[in-house]
Amino acid sequence: MTKVPSTMSWRTGDNIASRPWRGRVRDYDLFKELTIGVVVVGLLVLGLSAIFSSPDDPGVTLKSWAAAAPADFVATATAELGGSSGTAGYGPPYNSTPDASQHLGFFNPQELSGVRLAIDTANDFVINPLKTQSTQLPAVAVWTAATADQQAKWAANYSAALAAAPDGDPAQVAKGSYGPVPELAGALLGMARSGNLDGVLQNSGQPYNLNYTPTILFLGDGSYFPSLAAAAHLTGDQWGVMNETGNTPGQSWLWLFSLFYQIEPFKSSPNADILVVSTMLVLSLLLTLLPFIPGLRSLPRKIPIHRLIWKDYYGQR
Amino acid sequence: MHELLAQAPLPVTPGTYFGWGPVMIQSGNLVVILTMLALFILALILPFPGGRSRK
Amino acid sequence: MSTVKESSPDPELAGTGAYTWTGKSRQWFLRHLPPEKLLPEDQPSYVASWAYVFGMGAVAGLIFIIGSGVVLSLNGPQWYHVSSLGHFTNSVHLWSVELFFMFMVVHLWIKFWMAAWRGGRLLTWITGMLAFLVSIVTAFTGYLLQTNFDSQWIAFEAKDALNAVGIGAWFNVANLGQIFMWHIMLLPLAVGAVVALHVVLVRAHGVVPPLDAAATDAQLRDSTAGAQDPEAKPS
Ligand code: HEM
Repeated sequence: MTKVPSTMSWRTGDNIASRPWRGRVRDYDLFKELTIGVVVVGLLVLGLSAIFSSPDDPGVTLKSWAAAAPADFVATATAELGGSSGTAGYGPPYNSTPDASQHLGFFNPQELSGVRLAIDTANDFVINPLKTQSTQLPAVAVWTAATADQQAKWAANYSAALAAAPDGDPAQVAKGSYGPVPELAGALLGMARSGNLDGVLQNSGQPYNLNYTPTILFLGDGSYFPSLAAAAHLTGDQWGVMNETGNTPGQSWLWLFSLFYQIEPFKSSPNADILVVSTMLVLSLLLTLLPFIPGLRSLPRKIPIHRLIWKDYYGQR
Repeated sequence: MHELLAQAPLPVTPGTYFGWGPVMIQSGNLVVILTMLALFILALILPFPGGRSRK
Repeated sequence: MSTVKESSPDPELAGTGAYTWTGKSRQWFLRHLPPEKLLPEDQPSYVASWAYVFGMGAVAGLIFIIGSGVVLSLNGPQWYHVSSLGHFTNSVHLWSVELFFMFMVVHLWIKFWMAAWRGGRLLTWITGMLAFLVSIVTAFTGYLLQTNFDSQWIAFEAKDALNAVGIGAWFNVANLGQIFMWHIMLLPLAVGAVVALHVVLVRAHGVVPPLDAAATDAQLRDSTAGAQDPEAKPS
């Protein structure tokens, strides 16, 4: 009798895969197997935990940033004032910077989602925190009274001057037309050093608040926080999403997601994120729907690893 | 939490990385991936201790 | 009772009272998942390979994830930074996640090479993939919940991908309160439900036979040749 190759289809049909098994059986104890599994995995887990522990590198605070890299803090505060920081120009959901959002052709979900976590960096990160202090800075009044144009000009001038100063040191900046900006940035540095800014920025005036968005965005606008991440190999161009600090394994199952960020056309695209995410969604969907895909679902027949898996059965045919 | 974190200069621990050009892999992740491949291969070739067969 | 015609579909005759939704549901469950299928004491002869242990390994990994997660939950997210028992519990949580994923991925590879979706097992494959994808999101929220440098950085880094697809405002990685709820409540419920459905489906369908199994195989002939009534076989 000629052997009809069994179908690779998921459909129920008149074949052995679709019928209850009526052939030879072997003893099997579900609960015993589960118990053995739990004991073996439990020993493995306890052993690995005892030997390798788990990493817990302390977080960065605005205070620790201000202490470790004051010049970077001042430059970042200035950028927040002048609207030239990463967050200030981010676009939705934080603000509505034109052309900042990513899109696939004319499909622009970032724009569609709208400005839902509105952040005005100058006011939210600098001016309002300074206003919470008991002594009101005259510089704050000068700033708020100025026109937007004037504000932007002062901040841009000071940013440029800081960049030109040796080590970006605010004390060594050349004279120029900076308005109240140096005083504002300096005062914010003082607040950060004392630890006050962490609290003020995080609690947004509420007694309870678990939302760290302002702090994280402010930290990320500087170069201190990202440079720590780069040192620990955690940035996007270093396959960062799948890495954990130290040598502890991280989310290695994100390898493909990570890989796409390292290669063209994704790597240099201004729409890298939406491209990578959509590609991953499509690939995940393909794998989920694999039983429907002719060709792909026949791979297990073309590359007969099943002969190894069921070698006992085939051996006794 | 902030009080806990406030002190100490940051010891962010860098790991050991193996790299081939743009391919960089952290040692822990590498071990995990190699272990999975090993488990896969071993599952295919190791003989399974047979339970009693009955009809 | 026994005087009634065998296996009558007529509920009145069978006396099962399956007029009600409840009764109909019970019949449906019993037909698709009779107790001896749910908790079997034997398996087809071909279920003899290490390839079959990885699903159970993933279940065991999940048990330890949930156990250690419950202990961490009882103590709150700051505990593990300051207590050595807390730190150990955190390690247990992390390593059971790593093992869970390793077993799950090997399981996925093996089920692929078995073409284990054959013969009406489509939904088993799909729920398996769902378990994989939902587990990835769950693990991701766990990394965001570490309340340390790693979680801060992941929050900063990951926001871009989520914002780019327009969900960053609702699934805000820097909002600890939100991520907390996802990680300790919504996503574990989802993983648990999907895995439960997956395992029940495996039991309901029975384990998929080898790709080249044929009716002429000795292991099938033995039992079908003599016994005319296959239903008479004890299960
Ligand atoms: C949360 C993760 C998962 C758990 C806990 C789990 C658990 C299990 C268990 C206990 C079995 C029966 C024993 C075995 O054959 O290993 C099984 C079978 C199966 N699993 Fe999974 N699984 C998971 C993920 C997956 C994934 C990611 C896939 C693939 C997309 C998958 C596809 C299958 C299939 C098709 C079967 C039926 C096997 C057959 O009929 O031979 N599972 N799973």
